[in-house]
Amino acid sequence: MGYLKGFGVTFKKLFEERVTDDYQIGKGHKSPKPERLHGRHVLNRYEDGMEKCIGCELCAGVCPARCIYVRGADNPPDDPVSPGERYGFVYEINYLRCIHCDLCVEACPTEAITETKLFEFSFTSRADAIYTKDELVVGDDGRPQHLPWEDWRPGEDLHTSAWMRATAPGGDPDFEGVVSWSGELGYGVRAPEADQDHRDAVTAPAGGHGHDDHDDHGDDDHGHGHDDHGHDHGDGGH
Amino acid sequence: MTSALLLAADPLYAQGVDLTALLITILKVVVAFAFLLVATMLMVWFERKLVSDMQNRIGPNRAGPWGILQTLADGTKLFFKEHINPIRAERRVYVLAPFLSFVPAFLLFCIVPVSGNWANGGDGTVELFGRTTYLQLADPPVGILFALAMSSIAVYGVMLAGWSSGSKYPLLGSVRASAQMVSYEAAMGLSVMAVVLVTGTVSTHGMVASQAGDGLFHVLPNWAVFTTLLVPFVIFVIAGTAELNRPPFDLVEAEQELVAGFNTEYSSIRFALFFLAEFMNTVTMSGIFVTLFLGGPSGPAPIGPAWLWGCIWFFLKTSAFLFMFVWFRATLPRFRYDQLMDLGWKLLIPLSLGWLLMLAAVQLSGQQNWNPVAVGAGVILMFLIGWSLLRSANAKARAVHLGEEVNA
Repeated sequence: MGYLKGFGVTFKKLFEERVTDDYQIGKGHKSPKPERLHGRHVLNRYEDGMEKCIGCELCAGVCPARCIYVRGADNPPDDPVSPGERYGFVYEINYLRCIHCDLCVEACPTEAITETKLFEFSFTSRADAIYTKDELVVGDDGRPQHLPWEDWRPGEDLHTSAWMRATAPGGDPDFEGVVSWSGELGYGVRAPEADQDHRDAVTAPAGGHGHDDHDDHGDDDHGHGHDDHGHDHGDGGH
Repeated sequence: MTSALLLAADPLYAQGVDLTALLITILKVVVAFAFLLVATMLMVWFERKLVSDMQNRIGPNRAGPWGILQTLADGTKLFFKEHINPIRAERRVYVLAPFLSFVPAFLLFCIVPVSGNWANGGDGTVELFGRTTYLQLADPPVGILFALAMSSIAVYGVMLAGWSSGSKYPLLGSVRASAQMVSYEAAMGLSVMAVVLVTGTVSTHGMVASQAGDGLFHVLPNWAVFTTLLVPFVIFVIAGTAELNRPPFDLVEAEQELVAGFNTEYSSIRFALFFLAEFMNTVTMSGIFVTLFLGGPSGPAPIGPAWLWGCIWFFLKTSAFLFMFVWFRATLPRFRYDQLMDLGWKLLIPLSLGWLLMLAAVQLSGQQNWNPVAVGAGVILMFLIGWSLLRSANAKARAVHLGEEVNA
């Protein structure tokens, strides 16, 4: 009666524990998001409040979905928007087209564009799907703007530049944990993530997702042992 | 007079059809319709939830507690969607087809006894507003044949929907559907006849009445599933599943081959009607299973009113079948078309026919006081002969078929 074996399999599944997490665990708490999740973009600013974007359009050029539209303009001499000669005069991302591949982030020479962990989009028209500088540029506290339709919980806006801090330039392990990025408004120079060996040592015994602590204001949650290492070599590394 | 004839068996109309009887009937219609719609709604939810449980998923959980209102949300959405009439559709038939599918699904439920006072030798009647009546909408003299008739009409709904869409995939789906439903109807009818033979009546009420008492050794209930010796029950369940076009017999809507099958071109509430009819049929077919083989609402009534216990027993038995349908769907892969036809024509029909003849022989031998040993030996002999004849016929047909293919 080999036919009937399958019935046993499906019946047993009834009593097995589900592996799916609820989107919202209890009240006021969402399930933790992976640190390197690709959400919507932000346009970062330097610690002095200047915009990082220089309007070079490399992000638009690399974008495989052709969803970014940038126009650069010369900085007004008496009231410059960015430290250099040019700044991003128009910056638009069409989220109906964006595939969140993060190539724009990799292409950006000034770390101006990074991806947050925010992914709650809500459009009622095609025009609304195009985010402009009004939505994308970080606020005066360095946090992403809280858009009206986004359901924020504590820690929702953290890890806005995770890719930067996770990757050694050129993939060279010698540069793991070496700071090669500029400071950000509200955060200063972010500490690098721990290197691979360290991460393996931390995550292996925990098993599954273990990083519930998402607070990276000021210091990095995984790099405690490496903070000083990162800062010491930050400038000397290059 | 016609209506009285159709409903004659119900004692409600014993003194003719007066206003009270009419009002009671209308009440029963309304209650049955509402009950069936709610049951269908819950069945859709139950199926989605249970199938996801069996596949290690969570399933709908947003609308209402445990997602129980999901069907309501889906239905409301479908109401407000646009009707789309394909340009090549045969307009009138196209509009009519969903109703041909939906109405028989409801009518089928009319003959299912859902409750009644069956405990302690009760005759299944209840007092309703001072009148004695059955707790079923109608008990026509043709009884269970009405169920077969309705499921035949439902074939038209599917067939005409596919044909009138003016599109090829729906047409293929409906051709499959009609072939499948027609082939399995034969096996289904023959296994119904087995029940008719042992219970001695075609009336659904009569069937429940004859199954209500104690059965073998006073341990087992006198259900037809035991008195017909299980085989017609198994055949009826298989044929019933095929008749409903449910997995593993859902070739009609095989997504991989036919987009959505016969209802591909339908949208909005017309699609919802097909969807509703499918699940309504599942519920009513479970009710028919219970009526035919598991003694309907009959069962013990330890405390409280007996009609309530009838409801409970009916609900439990029906739920078991609904669970079974979902279990089938979660477990079994879809049949191939030739396997489907082989199972129907070469196994189920001969087997149910043979079983019917055997039951008739046993019944007759009981009445005529024939020697049971001789009857048993004869039955076994006939089965062996029939089986080997069938096998050789199949082998011959196969050889001819293969020869044709080689020569072609």
